[in-house]
Amino acid sequence: MDFGFSEREEMLRKAVREFAESEIPPKMEKMEETGEFPVELMKPMAQVGIPGIITPPEYGGVGMGYVARNIVLEELGRICAAFPMSLQVHHMACAALMDFGTEEQKKKYLPPLAKGETFGTVGVTDPAGGSDVIGMKCTAELKGDKYVINGRKCFITNSHLSDFWIIVAKTGDGPKGLSAFIIDKDTPGAKMGRKENKFGLRGANTGEWAFDNCEVPKENMLGAEGQGLTVGLKTISETGRTGMAATALGILQAVYEEAAKFANERVLYGKPIASLQAIQLLVAEIYTQLDICRLLNYRVNWMKDNNMRCDTETSMAKYYTCNAAVEAAKKAIEIHGSYGIMREYAVQRLFRDAMVTVPAGGTAEIAKVGIARAALAPFKKK
Amino acid sequence: MKRIIVCVKPVPDPKEWDKVSMDPETKTLKREGIPSVINPLDKHALEAALALRDLHGGEVVLLSMAPPFAQATLREGLAMGADRAVLVSDRVFAGSDSLGTAEILAAGCRWISDFDLVLCGNSSIDGSTAQVCSQLGEMLGLPNVMHVTGLELSDEGKLSITQKIESGFVQLSARSPIVLSVRKELNKPRYIAFTGILAAESKEIVTLSNDELCVSSECIGLGGSPTKMAGLELRTFERKKEKLEGTAEDIVTALVEKIYQCGVLEC
Repeated sequence: MDFGFSEREEMLRKAVREFAESEIPPKMEKMEETGEFPVELMKPMAQVGIPGIITPPEYGGVGMGYVARNIVLEELGRICAAFPMSLQVHHMACAALMDFGTEEQKKKYLPPLAKGETFGTVGVTDPAGGSDVIGMKCTAELKGDKYVINGRKCFITNSHLSDFWIIVAKTGDGPKGLSAFIIDKDTPGAKMGRKENKFGLRGANTGEWAFDNCEVPKENMLGAEGQGLTVGLKTISETGRTGMAATALGILQAVYEEAAKFANERVLYGKPIASLQAIQLLVAEIYTQLDICRLLNYRVNWMKDNNMRCDTETSMAKYYTCNAAVEAAKKAIEIHGSYGIMREYAVQRLFRDAMVTVPAGGTAEIAKVGIARAALAPFKKK
Repeated sequence: MKRIIVCVKPVPDPKEWDKVSMDPETKTLKREGIPSVINPLDKHALEAALALRDLHGGEVVLLSMAPPFAQATLREGLAMGADRAVLVSDRVFAGSDSLGTAEILAAGCRWISDFDLVLCGNSSIDGSTAQVCSQLGEMLGLPNVMHVTGLELSDEGKLSITQKIESGFVQLSARSPIVLSVRKELNKPRYIAFTGILAAESKEIVTLSNDELCVSSECIGLGGSPTKMAGLELRTFERKKEKLEGTAEDIVTALVEKIYQCGVLEC
């Protein structure tokens, strides 16, 4: 087993780190204040290759795979988690098109996503069903050669930044009663609703859409009719949850760096607090969690790159890393003492950002239900 | 423009500079375990070369005198967009001062041959002598200009060079071939694109020893270097401490005076 990164992957990490450390910090104060994503950075990110990292070269992307994507998102998250949060949903749109799109749809929608001309977004959650996907109320009724969509989608990342939206809506009943559609944002009857005001991941735009007799041509269906649950769950599981896990991994790395630096600089009783066992125990726990999460993350992305089924592993990586990031950030605040709750110190932002990753993209409880199913299956009595 | 040579040097990553230590015996830097990067000013030189190539065509060749580990650093330069690289590496080069380094780089330039422009960073962050560019120019028998902050090439092949001097800027006009060293104000180096990383994997890095360059041993290495490290001291920075005494009024007056003297406030 080779747990090392290749020379290509090391160079990729270095390249993204250099970009992130130079370009993102000047934008962060405004992001925290306004909650808005600095869209002017999308073009420089596209020049480097970030939005198109999983998109094949024939559609304008780089096609470097999911391990490479994880490196990119982790490095961005180390500086500001709002960036990987936005980009991982962007990649979800790319993945949905790559896996289920017709050739015409791929040629039309993938290049502008790869070039960063617009943000990708996928809307599955509606007010009636997030964890309960089949319980959604958003409908798509076939009338002639068009589908008429009615309903709302909420808690959608990049909701107000994208020129076209991928949604899942009900075309029938039960698990085979969901279908996916691509909707251009200017389609009559489609409207951007409220923007949410989150306490963390400030800068990752989250909002809602409303559909009122929105007519969408049949050729805008993504995948086959009745395939919506598969489109939604595969995209969320393989690209969404791995992206959320990478976001949380970046936060965890930043938490560890802040905690270790502070522990070595803060002097009490005439020596750095890093010499105190109480602090050392906390740092050891953070460091161990970071390593566990790094292994979980890169393993699942390696599985995806090798076309192995990995839905259980993505659930494990997502729920575990997001929760670990919260726990680690809390410990880092404790290491900082009262400085940890002051705005000037990064750890409070890292804690808030980590908290937002926990429910986003699927709650830990839903993830554990799926994991338990896989864990119990080999021992199930017939 | 047919060919631009960019001299690049691997240096300890400035972010890890606090981990660099000095060997008291050899009076050289101990760099083990510290990652190397392209010398920051050399990146500005590379960006200038790439910009000229993007506009006017030609080839950008990296040239580095360094131990074999420099291959990884050169690969970064190739990922930025350079076309190929030449690494001149030999144990006999070790300990060369700036003059010896310039001899070796001059030999490397002659081996590459047929170039229009040699670009360097003004200085490296580790040696900081800022001598190699001028020495290199002299050894190649070419005009050389340091402190370049502006560079343009006309369609007729004329170079317009802006050079920073103590009291302002000088505008120069030149024709190739010429050796230039650049300041950071010249440009903002491009980030490495992911497509560049993939492309760099198939670009050539040629390694040459002194067997190919045939530089006289009298000019290189510790023995061939006219300048040698005489001494080394680590500078420590401690807070300046001064106790003001007297009445509260005296202390405040003296403190305000000190604040003005230190330049914290202007009079």
